[in-house]
Amino acid sequence: MGDKARETMFLNMGPQHPATHGVLKILLELDGETVVKAIPDIGFLHTGIEKTMESKTYSQVIPLTDRMDYVAPLSNNLGFCLAVEKLLEIEAPFKAQYLRVLLTELTRVANHLVFVGTHAHDIGAISMVLYGFREREMLLDLFDFVSGQRMMTSYFRIGGVAKDIPEGFEEKVKNILKVMPKRIRDYENILSKNRIWLNRTVGIGKISAEEAIGYGLSGPILRATGVKWDLRKSVPYSSYDKFDFDIPIGKNGDIYDRYLVRMEEMKQSLKIVKQALEGMPQGDYIAKAPEVVFPPKEEVKGNMENLIFQFKLAVEGFSPPKGEVYQAIESPKGELGYYIVSDGSPKPYRVRVRPPCFLNLSALNKMAEGHMIADVVAIIGSIDIVLGEIDR
Amino acid sequence: MLEQTLSKLKQQFADSILDVNWFRGELSIVINKDKLLDITRFLKEDEELSYKFLSDICGVDHLGRSPRFDVVYNFCSLKNRARIRLKVMVDENEIIPSLTADWKSANWLEREIYDMFGLKFENHPDLRRILLPDSWQGHPLRKDFPLTKEEVIFRHNQNRPPKIVG
Repeated sequence: MGDKARETMFLNMGPQHPATHGVLKILLELDGETVVKAIPDIGFLHTGIEKTMESKTYSQVIPLTDRMDYVAPLSNNLGFCLAVEKLLEIEAPFKAQYLRVLLTELTRVANHLVFVGTHAHDIGAISMVLYGFREREMLLDLFDFVSGQRMMTSYFRIGGVAKDIPEGFEEKVKNILKVMPKRIRDYENILSKNRIWLNRTVGIGKISAEEAIGYGLSGPILRATGVKWDLRKSVPYSSYDKFDFDIPIGKNGDIYDRYLVRMEEMKQSLKIVKQALEGMPQGDYIAKAPEVVFPPKEEVKGNMENLIFQFKLAVEGFSPPKGEVYQAIESPKGELGYYIVSDGSPKPYRVRVRPPCFLNLSALNKMAEGHMIADVVAIIGSIDIVLGEIDR
Repeated sequence: MLEQTLSKLKQQFADSILDVNWFRGELSIVINKDKLLDITRFLKEDEELSYKFLSDICGVDHLGRSPRFDVVYNFCSLKNRARIRLKVMVDENEIIPSLTADWKSANWLEREIYDMFGLKFENHPDLRRILLPDSWQGHPLRKDFPLTKEEVIFRHNQNRPPKIVG
């Protein structure tokens, strides 16, 4: 900075750069190879989801939520369903709550697998992406088995889940629980003490705890700075208070700590999955709230009243009371919140999604300042962004 | 904790609290726009309350109401695990004080409100559109912005419509 006559150069990174995980453009101001400024330019994937939600009934909004953070669709479903349930003052039965916990924790594992795969791939460990996606396929198979869809599951419903657990579910989950810990150990063997990995990640993209809070960062990035804030523990929802798990935190707030936090989170998630499977309660999978919940399909086929009811609910929807609620969940990326304003009509007056990636990305400039241009790629990977959610 | 927050705010800023609303255990307070900076700073710096995490800012368009817009601030206290909402009501051309000096997270969030609702913020360092292109007309999350309006991109023959023969 001493030599004022020194010229800086501007470089566009993206929007079709492979390391930007979608369509993100970053305007880099460079002094040689050192980053002076990194200004993200977002919005290439903007589809007006918040606007579209205003024209749908509450049940019809659920498929839209899948398409925001498409790496972790079940977490998106959960946040919205919990928010509407809060508005309606109904609660999902315990079985549904446990099933939701089980599946969102597996979603967390799947999300972190994509993270570790693509992130390592960006830095140069190309085999990791193959391993990550191989194991993720196993989890997606399970989602397919339960909901009929690999990715856009829309499985959670207002008041519970769409269908009962299919037969053979338990064995599949048990198989995952058997295989995954070994595989996670394998990843750690490849990366955690790898010389190149350490050189590329330790001390890069540092952010302090205070700055992280100021920037509104949440999720593993915030925890990597040493702040023990996880909504699953701090403000428990969906029976999370009944599970025994730890919140891994980091110390330095650099890329390496974020990686460590996420690896540990996967193990903790598997621990929760095990508890949820073993303690899975018996009973209904969806709440008994006929004004809100669709009647079971078998009854619709044989019962005239239920057929009419199904039709009315699908066409008109239901009208929650006037008011506004905010419900936040700990998605794999951070605090995912839904702020719903209801005017008493069957369609939400306003749905605001509090996107974790949006705020996490806003600190990119702070993290990248003074680092080399190649580190920007590593930093973006460590933030774990999904542009579908940032742009909505 | 929320009651405590409310009583403290009432003590400190009695005149600026316009409305208090409890719904489903959540507290939202409508405050005077001119006192926004003072109140948020108080919430942040008060040792006991310590609302240091600005989780979200969003706009709501109440078309037909005057003032027309709500700007909703969502504050979280990591220390007390508490969450409150502050609201200011503004009209279309009013200028809202920006929180960017105290919270970095306000930067992008306020830009999004500017983009989607067309509300302007005072002393914002970089008030540009964030999601939509700079040349975009209108603000989509306003209630009078139609859902399916689509702009005609190719208008090279706009003035010379093709002649229909026969």
